[in-house]
Amino acid sequence: MTSSQRFTPALAAIAVALPMLAVLIAIVQGASGGDTELWAHLREWVLARVAWNTVILVIGVVTIASLLGTALAWLTAACEFPGRAFFSWALLLPMAVPAYVLAFVAVATLDYAGAVPVALRGWFGDGLWLPPIRSTAGVILVLALAGYPYVYLMARGAFLTHGARALEAAQSLGLGPWQGLFRVAVPLARPWLAGGAALVAMETLADFGAVSVFNYDTFTTAIYQSWYGLFSIETALGLALLLLALVAAALAIERLARGRARYAASDAGVRSAARLGLRGARGWIAFGLAASVFALGFALPAVVLAQWAWQVAALDLDTRYLSYAFRTVSLAGLAAILCLALALVLGYATRFSAGRVTQAAARVATLGYAVPGAVLAVGVVTALATIDALWRTIAGGEGFWLQGTVFALLLGYVARFLTVAHGPVQGGFARIRPALEEAARGLGLSTREVVARLHLPLLGAGIGTALLLVFVDVMKEMPITLMTRPFGWDTLAVRVFEMTAEGEWERAALPSLAIVLAGLLPVILLTWRMERAARAA
Amino acid sequence: MRLELREVCKSYAGIAAVDRLSLIVPAGRIGCLLGPSGSGKTTALRAIAGFERPDAGEILAGGEALSAPGAWVPPERRRIGMVFQDYALFPHLDALANVAFGLRDAERGIRRRRALEMLELVGLADQTAKLPHELSGGQQQRVALARALAPRPRLVLLDEPFSNLDAEVRMDLAQQVRAALVAEGATALLVTHDQREAFAIADEIGVMRAGRLEQWDAPWRLYHSPATRFVADFVGEGSFIQGTVLGPGRVSTELGIIEGQLTIDQPAGTLVDLLLRPDDLIHDDASELHAEVVERVFRGAQFQYKLRLPSGTTALSFAPSHHDHAIGERIGIRLDAQHLVGFPRD
Repeated sequence: MTSSQRFTPALAAIAVALPMLAVLIAIVQGASGGDTELWAHLREWVLARVAWNTVILVIGVVTIASLLGTALAWLTAACEFPGRAFFSWALLLPMAVPAYVLAFVAVATLDYAGAVPVALRGWFGDGLWLPPIRSTAGVILVLALAGYPYVYLMARGAFLTHGARALEAAQSLGLGPWQGLFRVAVPLARPWLAGGAALVAMETLADFGAVSVFNYDTFTTAIYQSWYGLFSIETALGLALLLLALVAAALAIERLARGRARYAASDAGVRSAARLGLRGARGWIAFGLAASVFALGFALPAVVLAQWAWQVAALDLDTRYLSYAFRTVSLAGLAAILCLALALVLGYATRFSAGRVTQAAARVATLGYAVPGAVLAVGVVTALATIDALWRTIAGGEGFWLQGTVFALLLGYVARFLTVAHGPVQGGFARIRPALEEAARGLGLSTREVVARLHLPLLGAGIGTALLLVFVDVMKEMPITLMTRPFGWDTLAVRVFEMTAEGEWERAALPSLAIVLAGLLPVILLTWRMERAARAA
Repeated sequence: MRLELREVCKSYAGIAAVDRLSLIVPAGRIGCLLGPSGSGKTTALRAIAGFERPDAGEILAGGEALSAPGAWVPPERRRIGMVFQDYALFPHLDALANVAFGLRDAERGIRRRRALEMLELVGLADQTAKLPHELSGGQQQRVALARALAPRPRLVLLDEPFSNLDAEVRMDLAQQVRAALVAEGATALLVTHDQREAFAIADEIGVMRAGRLEQWDAPWRLYHSPATRFVADFVGEGSFIQGTVLGPGRVSTELGIIEGQLTIDQPAGTLVDLLLRPDDLIHDDASELHAEVVERVFRGAQFQYKLRLPSGTTALSFAPSHHDHAIGERIGIRLDAQHLVGFPRD
């Protein structure tokens, strides 16, 4: 192999990592050159409260989401109770509802003047005390309902491959089913539980929309406010850097929780073990838990949204909506294609070169899931401002070239969601074993034919999944869109933010419903694949 | 401890997976259920372990009813060790902790000593700290056996224990497993579809078909006096030649009149199929009977020939490997059987 051949994949990988690199460098550099007076003010008035709020929120959400996710996964994977077959996929549906949608539906219906408390006071009298929804507990519950599916999905996979089987082994060694759950099933699922919990922590740290609805100040809202309220990019950058440190801490804890174990998947073709029958009251308790989580996380919000959307549709559904939808779809489509293209480049780069530079670049390029959107937004704007300034000194003239353009938006999306496309594409590449390539070459296929007749068909499913996932994620995305969009470029998610900021809940329902419907697509795809895998086993 | 099954039945959706299964494994012996997939052998094993509830019949261990009308002992209280097909080792525990897992009531030092003793018994004393995914398939299998044996169970069940292993290690491991079971004085029941595994491990073997036990016997007897045509076909290699009963113990065949070598209780004139094992048909250049070589497989010490008899029936025969004959050649053969089995033609 010549040196240029080795060199090219590394360069390609670095090029793909550039957006993320630029953003990170901009944040670190910008934050270090901050205004000391402003920082003193921040430390005194803002920082402690924001940091405390964020940490409490993450601990609360991760705890509740982990408990809910693990319990529900255990019930649907290893037990038998009324409605189990339905709930085993239906409990994933809350994934389609963004946390901010769940948040405003909860606040709108459960706040003092909301429909539910009004009805309850009507029945039980005005003196009735109800726990306030606009509280720390309220935000935690809403984010936990939005986040538990991550833990559910991971834990369920672990329980299905190992759980019921390990439980039989434990039984043959003298442990009852409930002892087996705590001594065997949960400990052995630990890496998956830790992985699911880490995803929930990332989502919670990154959440901007839901905490905004609750007026609950965290790092993300503080970044937004110091930007739009104080017009202080330095403060925003400083907060962004602190939030990144918190993310790193959460990831380090996940590493610890995972332990040294890295469990290989169980052998394929394992006969699934008999389910544990929950009879009588126990079965109905399991049903009650699954049904209430499903109702609160999906069914009731969906019904409320549909009702409100119907009420305002006649008034609101005009040509403006077509432009929101058109902008959203074109942005999401563009971002999906870009992310896919870069993921393919990265996939080929890491396939042809296992060098350290390539691997490191791949790591950086796919950091997006850990970097909150609000952080990325300030990074993107800072990086582009630097480039604009550079351009002005070189070429002269005034104004912005890149800042406040669609390019800025796409840069942010790529940095955040490249990792989403990378997963399925990489999974596709993993299926193209070297022996297949060798076999194709042995049959006389040229490089181009290998790509066309071997790679593309095998990557096909991964490419489709990558496009769909990025598309839906961009549709839901709020902070990057809000903070870097060109003037007047409102998308559906921005519309939701603006309507909820004004408390116009009903008018936020229409764009929310569109987002939820689009969000259902990947969930349906996921459950369809799960069913197929279950049938194959 | 003695295991006894009495008329055990289990069906799924109206289809009988296990149909009136009765058997006895005496204490300290190793039994085996052999049969093709879908013959109900695994269901029987899981019923004994307590993972499936029989629809009818009784399962007794050492005289205690584990499962009977009105009696049910849950699996965790049966004291029956199980080696699973996929081993089902706990992936979060190392080898030693896996083996010690079932020794919950014992004192710490005793648990450790017993677990070490068991790992030593299966030849893995130097692998105690390995996690399951760090062990080879054969090693995982032996850890699973050590784990099942550690609590001194009344009975050890092995579900297709070698099916995930390479052919080369299988026979070796089967011998080791047998040695370990014998060393522990364990009563055991194995389930497999591979007769060589069954022969290597078991004292007694039951052949199952469609949920029923066709024959329960010592390996030698299964091979040489199969009770049914299915057993004859399933166990070992062989072929059938036609014959006509002439009288008590006398059958006429194309290989001559066979006398006194078979137990068949049919009236004269009945058409029968006689089972010929490859070692019943001897290559003999001096013989007047000839057959044509149709296929030959060199097996080192022997040739295995497939021969076409005058009637067109084919039969297998072993010959010492210096008897090298080409395909199409006609060679002399003679019958050399101590005992032949015949089944009436349908």
